[in-house]
Formats: sequence, C-alpha cells, structure tokens
Amino acid sequence: MADQRELLELLLEDARQSTADIARQTDRSEDEVESAIADLEAAGVVHGYQAVVDWANAEAEHVEAHVELNVELDRETKYDDIAGRIANHPEVETLRLVSGDYDFSAVVVGDSMRDVSGFVADQIAPIPEVTQTVTHFVMDTYKDRGVDFGDDRDDDRLSVSP
Amino acid sequence: MKVADRVRETPPSGIRKFFELAEEADDVISLGVGEPDFSAPWAAREAAIDALERGRTSYTANRGRADLRRGIADHVARYGHDYDPDREVLVTAGASEAVDLAMRALVDPGDTVAVPQPSYISYGPTATFAGADVLPVPTRAAEEFELTERALREAGAADADALIFCYPNNPTGAVMDADALTPVAAFAREHDLTVLADEIYAALTYGGEHDSIATLPGMRERTVVIGGFSKAYAMTGLRLGYALAPPEAIEAMNRIHQYTMLSAPTTAQFAGLEAIRSCADAVEEMRDAYDRRRRYVLSRFREMGLDCFEAEGAFYVFPECPGDDEQFAEDLLTEEGVAVVPGSVFGEGGEGHLRVSYATGMDELREATARIERFLD
Repeated sequence: MADQRELLELLLEDARQSTADIARQTDRSEDEVESAIADLEAAGVVHGYQAVVDWANAEAEHVEAHVELNVELDRETKYDDIAGRIANHPEVETLRLVSGDYDFSAVVVGDSMRDVSGFVADQIAPIPEVTQTVTHFVMDTYKDRGVDFGDDRDDDRLSVSP
Repeated sequence: MKVADRVRETPPSGIRKFFELAEEADDVISLGVGEPDFSAPWAAREAAIDALERGRTSYTANRGRADLRRGIADHVARYGHDYDPDREVLVTAGASEAVDLAMRALVDPGDTVAVPQPSYISYGPTATFAGADVLPVPTRAAEEFELTERALREAGAADADALIFCYPNNPTGAVMDADALTPVAAFAREHDLTVLADEIYAALTYGGEHDSIATLPGMRERTVVIGGFSKAYAMTGLRLGYALAPPEAIEAMNRIHQYTMLSAPTTAQFAGLEAIRSCADAVEEMRDAYDRRRRYVLSRFREMGLDCFEAEGAFYVFPECPGDDEQFAEDLLTEEGVAVVPGSVFGEGGEGHLRVSYATGMDELREATARIERFLD
C-alpha cells in the first residue's frame, strides 16, 4: 500500500473497523491492507490500539494527573536512562521529553488522588536525578485524541434534500 | 388568490414526496441528503460570531465586500481563472441566487435554455421563471453522464440561446475534464450559446483537479462561472455563493441583485472570507473523508451486483437499480428505512438509477448499505 498516511488516518479514526471496510475505502484488497497493517506494527509505527474513554461517564473511579518533571543529567546519565526508570512504572501512562520550563511531561493515572500523589511522592520524586515535580490533577476532559466529548450534535439536516 | 401561470404550471419537486415519506418513517438512515454532514470549519464560524459581536450587521456593497471579492478572485486562480474583483465578481446569497440572476439577466422570455439531464432540479424551473423555454438534453449512463457534443446536437441545442450545466454533477457525481469539455465548448462557440457553468462542487473532485469550461479558448467571454461556499466549506445554511463573468454580465446580474437582494448576508460574508483565508486544511480533510466513503460505497454496490460507474465528484454515486426507480426507492424506505432519491426526479436519463449521497458518517453508511443488501436479497 503506497499511502501509509491514509491507512494511519483510517486506523486513528476507527481502529475497530474491519480490514474489509478499510480495503473498500482505499481501493485495496483485504490482503494488501492486512499486510500493510502488519508492516506498520512490525516497523514500530503502530504500537497498539486503544479506546478513547470518557471516565466521567464510567462507573470506575479514575484519576489522572499531568506531572512536570525536572531532572539533572551527568556524564553517565542521559534522558533516555531516566525515562526508562520512570516509564517502567505501570502508573505512568504517558511519558514525553518536552521543550520549555521542565524536562519530562508524564501522565500518571490511579484510582484516587491519594494513589496518584502517593505514587509521585514515593516513586518518582526520590529518583536521584529528579530535582522537581509539579503535579496537575485533571479536573475535566473536554476532548481527547481528536474526540470531542461534548460533541453530540444531532443531525438536524432535512432527511431528503436536492 | 390568483397564482401566476408560470408558477402554477411548474410542478413541485419530485424530491418532496420522498422527503415527506422519510419524515414519517422511524429509524431512517438517509442517503438522500444534498448537503455536507460536517459543520462549517470552526475558524469560519468564529469569524461569523466575531462579526456579530462587533455589530457588523449592516448591508454590504451590492456586489459583496471588496475583501471577500478579492479573496474569491485569488481563490479561484487555482482553477486557472483570472477575474477582476471589482468588475467581474458578484457575491450572492448562495449559488442558487447566482443561477437565478444569470438566468434573468442573460436570457430573454422566449429564449431557449438547454439543460442536460439528469441534473440538479432547479435549473429548469429557474429558466421557466425567467420566461425561457427549457430544452432537456439527456446524458447517458453509457457515457458516464458526461455532456457530449452529440447529445447537444441530437437534442437540438444548436438553436438554443443558453446552456446550463453542473460538473462535478448533482445527482450523478460525474466530472468532466478539459478533454471532455472541449467539444462542448466548441459547440457553444459555434452556435453562440451563453454558458452557465455551475461549479459549486469544484472543490470536491477526486482523482484529479477540477477543470472549468471558462478557461478553454474563447469561452471566458460567454461563460458565467457559478461557485460558492456551501459544499466545499460545509456552509449551506449561511447562503453564500458567487458569480464570475465578464463585466457586462456581472453588471446586468448586479442590476437585478441590487433591486431584489441588496447584498448577500453580511455575517456569511465574514465567515466566507475567513474560510478562504484559513480553512484549506479543513476542506482537504473533508474531501479525503468523502473520497474514502465514495470508494466504500462504490465497492459495496459493486459487491451487491448493482452497476455503478466510478463517480469522481461531489458526494453522490448513481447506481442502477432493478425495476422502476421510484418504486424501488419507496419500497427501500418503507421496508428497510433507507432513504435515497430516485434518479428520475432529476430528469430524463435518470430513470432506473438512484442518487445515493455519501455525505453521511461511516457508521451510517455501513448500516445503510447492509440494509440495501438485505433488501436486494
């Protein structure tokens, strides 16, 4: 399949749609789509498939915090080394190196605020290279990965029009 | 009260019956909608809100705001057009007003307007309201609903005064590239036809760039190009379109426009200007989404054994259906709850076909095509 971007857009839009439907939308055979997806996975372009969840409407408790981390490097310790130590914790859902006032941006999840703050205090802050943490608890989510949680606009078009 | 003859003699659109049937039924998925399912890009909506907040609620110049006319002239350069924003661009209340103005300004009572069919349902009545006679020119499935020199000749269009057509086409989704338009242009020049080119779907051309007949040799001086924001920018309800034509035609159209409309909606003009300035990416995304759905729907119909040519424009496909298309569409609606528009309401050549709009989300398209498949079994 020549157009990798088109396939990625289709998967980003709805990763649950069938290979057959993707094939129909891209004028490819199912086999071609199947192998193109396998290639994306093998090449580390696609790492997985997940649901976009609005936890506010779920029964389970879910707390999420965005944590800013400042770190101090030395000759032997690079960003990648510290990142590995942080990312290994299952509580860390996302970890990115960013530009600006701090070094790492982490998303930490847990069942309660106590869980999350305890995790940051007990597991992250004590890492020797970590010099500062700032924890921002998520209060409300309006949009996630392109999905607008408030967008339940009814189709108010005339059902048949010229 | 007495109703004027030319109105009384114009039947209501055949679409109306299907609209009423669809409104009555429950759990209907409509593939009968002739407008985008997207909302206008947020930047354009925000510009409209901002204009309202700043109290910009007055008339504009009859021809439309100067910055919008300049924006339109720049925007259509992508199709090879070169129009003077001061003298050759008129901003209208939707492309429909531009069609009406062109008809009334350029066609005399008793003139003949050639209307290729199947086509958008308004051209014939608009010509009739201008006092003109309508000459239907059937196009054919075998020629993928392109307008040909032969079709014009056989229909007697050599004696017509004007020709109005729409490519990318509603209802068939057909497009015509420069090669296909060349013989039509030659015919128009040879027989001195004024051409009204409705290019409202120009931005929704798949697999190639849109070609305009006005850019062919000797055509600019006899062509009114009609465009608008409704389809490309998903702004149907804002009612904003435009006409591009030589100064004498724009002057004549503006004469009617200034007495009947004064100016296109001001709020919409602000939205339109912002749309041109900053919404190219949004248009591209919508276009890509339509294209994927187009391929999906074409594949599904072919899997069902319905003959369907490769429609490459607008957001319609036009498959053949077994038996009478009106009956088929009515049964499909009542038995399976899927609304489509029978091809015959769009005129000669449309019979035995269905207009299927894919301006609908993928989930609905999946369900609707599954229902059609079940209906056919």
